[in-house]
Amino acid sequence: MKLTLKIWRQESAKAKGAMKTYQIDGIDGDMSFLEMLDVLNEDLINKGEVPVEFDHDCREGICGSCSLQINGEPHGPDRLVTTCQLHMRKFNDGDTITIEPFRATAFPVIQDLIVDRSAFDRIQQAGGYISVNTSGNTVDANAIPIEKQNADDSFYAATCIGCGACVAACKNASAMLFTSAKVSQFALLPQGEVEATERVQNMVRQMDLEGFGNCTNTGACEIECPKGISLENIARMNREYLSAVSKG
Amino acid sequence: MGIISSSIARKVAMALSGLFLVLFLGQHFTINVTSTFSPETFNSWSHFMGTNFLVQAILQPVLIFGVIFHFVMGFILEARNRSARSISYVSYKGNANSSWVSRNMIYTGLVVLAFLGLHFYDFWFPEMVHKYVESNPEDATRYYGELVEKFHDPLRTGFYVISFVFLALHLFHGFASSFQSVGFNNKYATGLKKFAKVYAIAIPAGFIFIALFHHFNH
Repeated sequence: MKLTLKIWRQESAKAKGAMKTYQIDGIDGDMSFLEMLDVLNEDLINKGEVPVEFDHDCREGICGSCSLQINGEPHGPDRLVTTCQLHMRKFNDGDTITIEPFRATAFPVIQDLIVDRSAFDRIQQAGGYISVNTSGNTVDANAIPIEKQNADDSFYAATCIGCGACVAACKNASAMLFTSAKVSQFALLPQGEVEATERVQNMVRQMDLEGFGNCTNTGACEIECPKGISLENIARMNREYLSAVSKG
Repeated sequence: MGIISSSIARKVAMALSGLFLVLFLGQHFTINVTSTFSPETFNSWSHFMGTNFLVQAILQPVLIFGVIFHFVMGFILEARNRSARSISYVSYKGNANSSWVSRNMIYTGLVVLAFLGLHFYDFWFPEMVHKYVESNPEDATRYYGELVEKFHDPLRTGFYVISFVFLALHLFHGFASSFQSVGFNNKYATGLKKFAKVYAIAIPAGFIFIALFHHFNH
C-alpha cells in the first residue's frame, strides 16, 4: 500500500508547528496504524531526519496512551478502537491521511503528535478516589451487596482509559465525558458515597480550571470514544453536581 | 460566584431558560393559531394577554429576562468553547460523529435573535407605544387586523418563514438536549426526547402555516 501522509510537525512546545507531507510505501493492511508510523520513522532515521514523535505504550487498546486525530477523527475512522488497534486495511492504496495531535487548549502540544494530557490526572486527583482502609482490615468488596445494574454501569464507566478522544472529538474540547465517567464509577457504588458531595464538585471545578469547554450535547464524544463510554454518565454527573450543590 | 462560573451550572441555566422559552412558544402558538379560524377568539385572547396585570407586570418581564439571559449565556458559553481549542484542526470530520444542528446552535440562534429583533419591531414596540406611551383607549378588536396587516408584505412573510425554519433547527437539538443537561435520564427520557423532536418541528411549522395563511388569504 502506498500512502501520502500529512503530519503535524512541531519541534517543541514553544515552536511553531506546521503540516509536513511524507510519501510511504510497502504498508501492509495487517499493520496497525502505529506500526505504519514505525515504518515511516525507520525510513526517516535512515535518511538522517528527525522521526515523528507520537504517544504509545501497551499497543493493545487498554493503556490510553495512544492518541492522534486521523483524517479528522480521534483514533481514526474505525469505531470502538484506539489508534494502536486501527488496522491499515481501513485505508486504501493511494490514500492521503492527515495526522494531527489532539487539539485542546488544555492539551498543549509537547512535540509533534504528543500532547500533555496531565490535565486529566489533575481532574482525577481532585476527587477520583475513595477512602478505604488498606491497613490490613480491608473489607472484601463482595461483602457489600450491590445491585447488578449499578455494578455493571459502574464497571462500564470504569473502562474509560482516559485517552482524551472525547475532548479531541468535541467541537468545544469539553472533558465532560471523561470527568463524568470518573464520577460515575464511584457514584454508583456504596463505597463512593462517603466523598460523593465533594467529589463531583472538586472534579468539575478542576475540569473548569484546566480550560476545557462546555458540553453542548452533540454526542461526538460517545461516538468517538474507543471504549464506548455512554452519554448517560454526563447526565448522571449533572444530577450528582446539582444534588451536591443543593447540599452545600 | 463559584456556582455561576461552573460549566454544569451554566449548562443547566441554559437548559432551564430554553425550556421556559419553549413553553412560552407553545402558549404563543396556541393563541396565534386561533387567528386562522376565529378572529374573535384571537382578539379576545390577545386582549386578555395584553391587558391582564399578571401577564403584563410579571410574565412579560420574566419572559424578556429569559430571552436576554438565554442569548447572553449562549454567547458567554460560545466564547468559552472557542477558547478551549485555540488551534483548530486542519481536518475535522464533525459529520462523522454529530449532527449539523448540534454543532451550529450559535448560528441558528443568531438567526432567531435577528428574527426577534424584527418581531419586536413589528409587534411588541408598537404595542408598548400604543398602550403605555400614547395611552390609547382599550380596543379589544384591533389585534386581528394588526396581525393580518403585517403579513401583506411578501418580504416580511418570507423572512418569518425562513426564521421559523431556523427556529425548528435550533429547537430540534436544543429542546431534547435540555433534558440531558438537567440530568433527566430515566425510563421516560427516551419518550420525552422524541416528543421534543416532534414539538421542535410541529410548532415552527404551525407558525409558518399561520404566516402563509394570512399572506395568501388577505
